[in-house]
Amino acid sequence: MHSNRYTIIFTMLLTMVLAFALSSVYSSLEDQTERNIQADIKKNILSSLGFTPNANMPWTTENVETIFKNSITSIVVNESGDIVSGMLPEDIDPKVDKNVYPLYKKITNGKVDGFAIPISGKGLWGTMYGYFAIEPDGATAKGITFYKHIETPGLGAEVDKPWFQENYKGKKFVDENGLLIGIQTVKGKVDESSDEAYHQVDGISGATITSRGLNKFLLKDLEIYNPYLIQIRKSFNS
Amino acid sequence: MALLSKSSKAAVSDPLMSNNPISLQVLGICSALAVTTKLDIAFVMTLAVIAVLCISNTVISLLRKMIPSKVRIIVQLSVIASMVILTDLILQAYMYDISKQLTVFVSLIITNCIIMGRAEAFAMQNGPWKSFLDGLGNGLGYGIILIVVAFFRELLGSGTVYGYKVVPEALYAAGYENMGLMVLSPGAFIILGLIVWAQRILGNVEEE
Repeated sequence: MHSNRYTIIFTMLLTMVLAFALSSVYSSLEDQTERNIQADIKKNILSSLGFTPNANMPWTTENVETIFKNSITSIVVNESGDIVSGMLPEDIDPKVDKNVYPLYKKITNGKVDGFAIPISGKGLWGTMYGYFAIEPDGATAKGITFYKHIETPGLGAEVDKPWFQENYKGKKFVDENGLLIGIQTVKGKVDESSDEAYHQVDGISGATITSRGLNKFLLKDLEIYNPYLIQIRKSFNS
Repeated sequence: MALLSKSSKAAVSDPLMSNNPISLQVLGICSALAVTTKLDIAFVMTLAVIAVLCISNTVISLLRKMIPSKVRIIVQLSVIASMVILTDLILQAYMYDISKQLTVFVSLIITNCIIMGRAEAFAMQNGPWKSFLDGLGNGLGYGIILIVVAFFRELLGSGTVYGYKVVPEALYAAGYENMGLMVLSPGAFIILGLIVWAQRILGNVEEE
């Protein structure tokens, strides 16, 4: 039997050794991990805007950074829809900066080819995070992606699947009077002959609460950006 | 081979079949249910468990004569927990996409009964080399079951194997549907149950 003194010294030494080993590994890998997280966010912005990885340009952390730098302009808008000059999305500190929102513009050959905005809100099991992309007209969906959620695999987690996301492309979230109405999932398939089909997408069976949550927070997030999008719609139509 | 005496060989091979940690000792079920919806995830989880099991078994075996018996469980746990966090950090830095899918289940390796069980039952009594082999054997035994379960769940639940489509479109057109049950936890229970049953019948396992 070991003495109490030995026990205490042994556990202290062991804890110190393990803690030292862990903290040194953590600090040496910290930068790489942070880069991965940032690249992952960029990947989602890119894919919502219609970029896809291909064999020549697989989405490694380096490639994603390059594509993002070349094709995306990041801006910050405020609640009245004006661009906050001199501010970038990474400068936003949620604790200090209220009512400013990041927005990503896709630029192709010098022209704006779409906008991406972050969306988030409650699904069934927890908060879902993603990006919603808008065509240059400011009224049509260009794409949607999710990068973090804990919905049920096979049911709510279908929001990740291409079939569901393809659904949104080309749908309008503004009605003929220019009012924001969002995009709604319906039970089963969209009835294409219906007058409402232009802002409806096929629902996920067995995922009523996930879909309902998505409809709600998509509208809520679009409302935030609506002042900016109104300006876009005006200048696009004139 | 001198390195692998008969008992060393048994340390590796027993847990693969006749004393499999999942299907015979029924340990580590929680993670076996959670990470077996897709083969690639199950595969990385297997590697992570093997790495943690081998290292923690070796370290604990090296320390076994120094560990005060009063606090041995805590000591084992801190070694295991450190190895798990280490594995998680490495995954996040170098295999970010997979680590995102594994989410909390890598951290939950800490509570995987197989690892604690092997540390307490084997590494505390045996030398480091044998303990390493025991870790490898049990890790592989865990992995085999994980991969078999994941194979069936991915095939039946998503129609793919290792991410490649294997169920032809024609079959879907003819009305075939993926079995939604398979991507949920009950699917894993059913397959696991069938494996346990098949092994007991084929292997003539005596219930004591």
